[in-house]
Amino acid sequence: MLQQIIDQAPRFFGYYNVLFLLQAFAATFLLSLAGCVLGFALGFLLAVTRRTADWRLAPARGLMVVFTEAFRRIPFLVTLMLVFFAFQALKFDVSMFTIALFSVCLIATAFITEIVRAGLDSVHRNQWDAAAAMNFTYIETLRYIVVPQAWKVMLPPAFSFFVLFIKDTALASQIGVVELTFAGKVLANKGFPAALTFGTVLILYFLLSWPLARFGRWMEVKLAPTRTR
Amino acid sequence: MPQLELVNLRANYGDVAVLERISFSVEKGEIISLIGPSGSGKSTLLRVLVGLLPPAAGSIRLDGQEIDYRNKVVLRQLRSRMAIVFQQFNLFQNMTVLANVTIAPIKVKGQAPVEAEAYARQLLERVGLGNKLNAYPDQLSGGQQQRVAIARALALKPEIVLLDEVTSALDPELVNEVLDVIRLLAADGMTIFFVSHEMAFVREVSSKVIFMADGNVVESGTPAQIFDAPQQPRTQEFVSKILRH
Repeated sequence: MLQQIIDQAPRFFGYYNVLFLLQAFAATFLLSLAGCVLGFALGFLLAVTRRTADWRLAPARGLMVVFTEAFRRIPFLVTLMLVFFAFQALKFDVSMFTIALFSVCLIATAFITEIVRAGLDSVHRNQWDAAAAMNFTYIETLRYIVVPQAWKVMLPPAFSFFVLFIKDTALASQIGVVELTFAGKVLANKGFPAALTFGTVLILYFLLSWPLARFGRWMEVKLAPTRTR
Repeated sequence: MPQLELVNLRANYGDVAVLERISFSVEKGEIISLIGPSGSGKSTLLRVLVGLLPPAAGSIRLDGQEIDYRNKVVLRQLRSRMAIVFQQFNLFQNMTVLANVTIAPIKVKGQAPVEAEAYARQLLERVGLGNKLNAYPDQLSGGQQQRVAIARALALKPEIVLLDEVTSALDPELVNEVLDVIRLLAADGMTIFFVSHEMAFVREVSSKVIFMADGNVVESGTPAQIFDAPQQPRTQEFVSKILRH
């Protein structure tokens, strides 16, 4: 098998194949990045809104609960199909990639909302009391007191979700988005050895998730330092 | 005119009435001690005063003005004049001692950081923690944390300070260091609400003692009246129990 890989390697890493793989890599990268960044931003916003006591936001809070509870339970593939058919029904002419991007953000937002919520809940009630008694507004309390203490609880699950999430973007291949897994399948079907194609795909996935995990560690050290007495 | 006046104040936790009908008034510079058995509503009363628990009925007047606790602007004004120190200190765990004391003056009151820091250093010096400015709360003992909490409350230059069982989470040895700080406050002419089980101290510093039980004010008067000649049977029972040992 090794001989076969060595024989096939020069042809496999030809110009068009490499370009194809890089494009697929870019697609996976963009889907992951959008999911992580937008998902975190929106998830944060949702979690923070969900915690407000303002009665005018009550309907919005209700919708948010339904949203997070639903999209954390629906399989990713089903979400993709839902978004796909929703766009079709609304006669939006968008690319498959846009549909995948949209789905990815929906799912990441739902999961991150829960992670942020848990993080905010982990900060003791008495911190809120002290802040309120000192005239901190809701936003100031979050910014200066609660969020800095919540990072410790939010970051590890957030990044482990992101790492899982990068792999889940592979499901976008089911609606025809050319991302890494799809590219691997195409190249394997062309007759390249599976070990070579999927080995390459594996390395490319690793190139995405390893720096992400390192970044997660760095964030933890930066934002949630553990002090030892 | 009394500085603070409570009229038929009621408060509930959910369906449970915790304050039944509280009425009394306080002059500026008084030291009001609230005593009574656990669950009598002393701490709840302080939470209501500072707006952490909305009153269910009755009224609270500050300088003759009735306070509408649902009005955010009014509540902000009230809280800028009143500070609370909690039983569990409630220091911000993510900040150093100095940051705990300066954060509200800087971020909420908009003071210049240099100015806020100078005042904070002065206050921390006064409570005997001038050498702990850069420590985090979890590196301090309970007594030290409580003194930081007192300094933090004072940094806002309140006219009224609410002290909620500030010594009951402390080791007996640490109690005195906190009580010493409170003596200093008392000498400053601030109005102080003092919820405590430190009866000897209550007797020493209070201008008025209010005995509460089951969400009601049972009796109030000077320390001598309450401790030496209580009129109500419930007060007599409480006092005889605590003075027996």
